[in-house]
Amino acid sequence: MTLLSVIGALIVLGFVATFAGLSTWVERKVSARIQSRHGPMYAGPQGILQFAVDGVKLLFKEDIIPAAADRILFSIAPYIVFMSAFAMFAALPWSRGLTCADLNIGVVYVIAVGGGGVIGILMAGWSSGNKYALFGAMRAAAQIVSYEVPAAIVLLTVVMIAGSLGMQDIVKSQEGGVHHWMIFQYFPFNAIGFILYYICALAETNRTPFDIPEAESELVAGYHVEYSGMRFSVFFMGEYAAMFATSAIATTLFLGGWQPPYPGLFLPDALGVLEGLVWFMLKALTLVLVMIIIRWTVPRFRVDQLMNLCWKVLLPVALFDMMAVGTWMSLEMGLVDFLRAATQGA
Amino acid sequence: MYALCFWFLAVLTIGSACVVAFSKNIVRSAFSLLLTFWGVAGLYAMTGADFLAAAQVLIYVGGILVLILFAVMLTHRITEFKLANDASYTPMSLLAFGSVLTILCWTVGYAVDWQESPLPPAASTEPLGKALMNEYLLPFEIVSVLLLAALVGAAYLARKEVKGGGPAADAAK
Repeated sequence: MTLLSVIGALIVLGFVATFAGLSTWVERKVSARIQSRHGPMYAGPQGILQFAVDGVKLLFKEDIIPAAADRILFSIAPYIVFMSAFAMFAALPWSRGLTCADLNIGVVYVIAVGGGGVIGILMAGWSSGNKYALFGAMRAAAQIVSYEVPAAIVLLTVVMIAGSLGMQDIVKSQEGGVHHWMIFQYFPFNAIGFILYYICALAETNRTPFDIPEAESELVAGYHVEYSGMRFSVFFMGEYAAMFATSAIATTLFLGGWQPPYPGLFLPDALGVLEGLVWFMLKALTLVLVMIIIRWTVPRFRVDQLMNLCWKVLLPVALFDMMAVGTWMSLEMGLVDFLRAATQGA
Repeated sequence: MYALCFWFLAVLTIGSACVVAFSKNIVRSAFSLLLTFWGVAGLYAMTGADFLAAAQVLIYVGGILVLILFAVMLTHRITEFKLANDASYTPMSLLAFGSVLTILCWTVGYAVDWQESPLPPAASTEPLGKALMNEYLLPFEIVSVLLLAALVGAAYLARKEVKGGGPAADAAK
């Protein structure tokens, strides 16, 4: 059991590293396409091996620790950012019966460990001994803490409908084809909730239009400005891991997780698990791709616009959404009770 | 395996708590609280209090620690400030420390009759939720109203008085 979980963790770690590498390539290709360029072309067909070349370069680059930095905190900060993104992967339901740890508090766990990344970012910003890095870290922390609020309320709404905090239970509650997916239940409230969660996911992973923590025109590169070499690439991996994790959570909660759009899995046992995994990956990676496309098509928000959007738009809409779904649910339950009482009376 | 996990978490919690207490650098103290909170959450999880463990991380790491870090970092030149946790009142503090330690050790070792639960730890989320929504609904609601009042009060205290309207007033809010 212990050995099995270690192997599982290693497989997921390998997946995250490969995913981060390949998505940097996708990111550069998409940005190139949007800006009428070619992007990386030389390493491998269409430059697909560019991430391996970059990885080798980053490995051999000097790992500079500035003289003004706090050495210990500066060294461990990137790993805390990466670990808190990676820890979310433990609860993801990859396919039917395929989860590293099927926690019965999966949703709470994911919100909780995901919040740890803020600490790593603050640590990086403060320990760099650079005021731009500190500003970037402050902005990132304020932003992430704020956007966690509407995100958590939207997740609560889904938990309310599914009646469980476990990720696999939530997926099971969306069984039976595309119209049973959470996004199409209680229409249009859950569809709005999905969009809200996706916006918050963009903000929590510091992606454009919410990338003011790393706004290069104001802050050079934000909290990781002083990092080079391997530690820099660990930050990068953390960002891409968080992107995949939040997309996977959105998939699990709203798009039916590993459930295919047709009712039930076609293939028997082991192949069926593979079928579920393919659907899960397809949905989650599509969401990641949309994140990448959004990054290269919209400009960045200002700080005050960002906070206004969170507290004056997203939060009220999320609260209204939860109230609406709750009212709908209790009306449904009330109707069922009323009919039961009526039939018994007659 | 269980004992190994326990000792790892115990050493992690106490070690990082010592750094919090003895470090001369207040920012390092604040950061090593992270490990203390994680260690305590791990200990909760090992006793079967899974929901409490997740709530511990959610509230203390995601909320309170970030707040502490903000306060520490926004204070001007806080690292140059000499902290007053040097040995100022050694005999008195040793006496206080020793007596509290004795009481705690006596309670844990002798006063309480510990019994190992025959049942494996069950999921605690559902009973907790049911208890909060049925038996303890009134205290739960009172606590949430109290928290709301504290929030409104904090926002009122932090708010800047702005005369007139316009974009400047909006930005100040």
